[in-house]
Amino acid sequence: MSQTFVGMPSFPKNAAKAVQDSQLRFNLRKATHTIRGKRAAVVGELPDWAELRQAGKAIKDHTLRHLDEYLLQLEAAVSAAGGTVHWAKDAAEANRIVAGLVKATGEREVVKVKSMATQEIGLNEALEAEGIKAYETDLAELIVQLGDDWPSHILVPAIHRNRAEIREIFLAHMPDAPPDLTDEPRALAEAARLHLRERFLRAKVAISGANFMIAESGTLVVLESEGNGRMCLTLPETLISVVGIEKLLPTWRDLEVFLQLLPRSSTGERMNPYTSMWTGSVEGQDFHLVLLDNGRTDVLADEIGRQALRCIRCSACLNVCPVYERAGGHAYGSVYPGPIGAILTPQLRGMDTELDRSLPFASSLCGACYEVCPVAIDIPSVLVDLRAKARHPRTERAGMAAAGWVFNRSARLARAQRFGGRMRRLVPKRLPGPLSGWTDTRDLPDIPKDSFRAWWNRTEGGTR
Amino acid sequence: MRVALFITCVNDTLFPGTGRAVVTLLRRLGVDVEFPQAQTCCGQMHVNTGYPAEGVRLASHFTEIFAEYDAVVTPSGSCTAMIREQYPRLAVTAGAAAKQPGLREAVGEVVPKVYDLSEFLVDVLEVTDVGAYFPHRVTYHPTCHSLRGLHLGDRPRRLLEQVRGLELVPLPGAEECCGFGGTFAVKNRDISAAMCADKVGNVMKTGAEVLCAADNSCLMHIGGTLSRQKSGVRVMHLAEILAATEGGAR
Repeated sequence: MSQTFVGMPSFPKNAAKAVQDSQLRFNLRKATHTIRGKRAAVVGELPDWAELRQAGKAIKDHTLRHLDEYLLQLEAAVSAAGGTVHWAKDAAEANRIVAGLVKATGEREVVKVKSMATQEIGLNEALEAEGIKAYETDLAELIVQLGDDWPSHILVPAIHRNRAEIREIFLAHMPDAPPDLTDEPRALAEAARLHLRERFLRAKVAISGANFMIAESGTLVVLESEGNGRMCLTLPETLISVVGIEKLLPTWRDLEVFLQLLPRSSTGERMNPYTSMWTGSVEGQDFHLVLLDNGRTDVLADEIGRQALRCIRCSACLNVCPVYERAGGHAYGSVYPGPIGAILTPQLRGMDTELDRSLPFASSLCGACYEVCPVAIDIPSVLVDLRAKARHPRTERAGMAAAGWVFNRSARLARAQRFGGRMRRLVPKRLPGPLSGWTDTRDLPDIPKDSFRAWWNRTEGGTR
Repeated sequence: MRVALFITCVNDTLFPGTGRAVVTLLRRLGVDVEFPQAQTCCGQMHVNTGYPAEGVRLASHFTEIFAEYDAVVTPSGSCTAMIREQYPRLAVTAGAAAKQPGLREAVGEVVPKVYDLSEFLVDVLEVTDVGAYFPHRVTYHPTCHSLRGLHLGDRPRRLLEQVRGLELVPLPGAEECCGFGGTFAVKNRDISAAMCADKVGNVMKTGAEVLCAADNSCLMHIGGTLSRQKSGVRVMHLAEILAATEGGAR
């Protein structure tokens, strides 16, 4: 994944800063609660949602189990339709392929459709290094790019910005922004529209991702809300799509399930506004598909973790997560924030850094993410599994070993309880070290003189 | 029917009053509950913090102790969820299969007999009116593992609604996590505290005197914050309210 986040501190440290930012907290709370409510309403109106969800899970699991066959089928279908398929094992290779394709056209700028895969590999920065300027055309991605910022949400990358902040970014960084620009949503959208229109007409090369790829037909599918993506997909002479290998669906019919699951889960809409589908090279447009692994086959090898590859990037888990709502997306140090990021990033990047090791612990395991996931990814279970694989602090290991020793024999537990009961007056109101995390904001419960088992034994179960 | 109480290590050590309330309540309903002395901990803290080997040992210990009973009653949503959801998974992991070859069968045998207190009352004993009297304004926090793990649904509410004198007021944002999450409360102290601040804010909006839940771990976290803020709201386990009777209620 992108190197941009290298050296970031651990999640708790990032989150501690974010939690003090009242503007961020307000923006995130308002935005996530609004989408949360919309999603709940449109999901609630479908009597067969549970079945749809199971179907989505089953189709994805089947595809992942036979990924090798379906990828070859896709390659054959795309090639037969006049497209060219490239295979990239990691970010560097994908970036190299895309830069080479752009250079071959002789162009020095490209327009982009909102895409997580290209964010993941840091494509814009890689192209920049090759002297190629990439322009984001999704409104929120444009805000992020102009503000020299990082996306903080999968669906709504500028969710951490409110309209007043967006107006300031436009005035400072968008040369053709009207000087009397207000922070009315309509005015902001109009300014962006005029700014982008000129880019669409000029662009000869476009880069996209895809929400789905259909193995049997070689069709790619992009869902978006603005129509800007469709401009990029249709106007330029060359189209390059960078897509993770897990985005496959076997057949056209499978789309029926996902075109219901995705809009309702992500934007809270019954139907997606702009759904673009194309197969190979259309009307003389030169089409290249870059299939991206970048750690995905390693994830596929993990029995518990592989379910993360079912993800369709809807963001429903972010929008219900109480931790994401308070920490914001940047704290996760990855283009994949929130609960799905907490299980995807450590699997794709490994757990060698302090940040990546801390991500599986960035959850209270409340289970809200699992409940809303349209492909039933059991995020809490994957988190727990990753926690077992992470390296633990030495003091914690010692504490857990001691607790394990006490719990192995009830007599030891009883002795520890008697000791605690005798010492109860001596327990300080504020605990030292890591345990101060408890007493900084909470009182400790009073330690009882008698444990339950002591009472039971003394009174013969309360009968004496 | 032989019924055992699995008190849980947290209740045993820190909240013996909850255990006494369960015993009082079950006896009143004609259940002669037993307390197997060898019990310790379900292993939730170890497993959820990333120490599954200890969890496997404790799961094995648990299934040995409770095998002989017809029902095991537990006054903790998260420990019941740990047993029901995670024991079967622990039993099939590679390490466990080698070290504890019989664990899978033992788990399959014992786990279906483990009930959260409100499940045991409503589903097994088929009572909602347990003869309790508690003349106070109460709000109920459903707790994540009771809600999304065990799917307790409206069982606790049905029990509380039958308590004479009790005024049950709805808790805004009830389904949101309080931010406890075991070691999460210490590892991610700032987010945990921020989550609890919102939970406490919602509790205060209800004007309730008592915050009730079916899990003392969450209540220790919320109650610790309510106490630090001198809010005047106390926390009580569901069992303690259901055990209260006229003359005995405070």
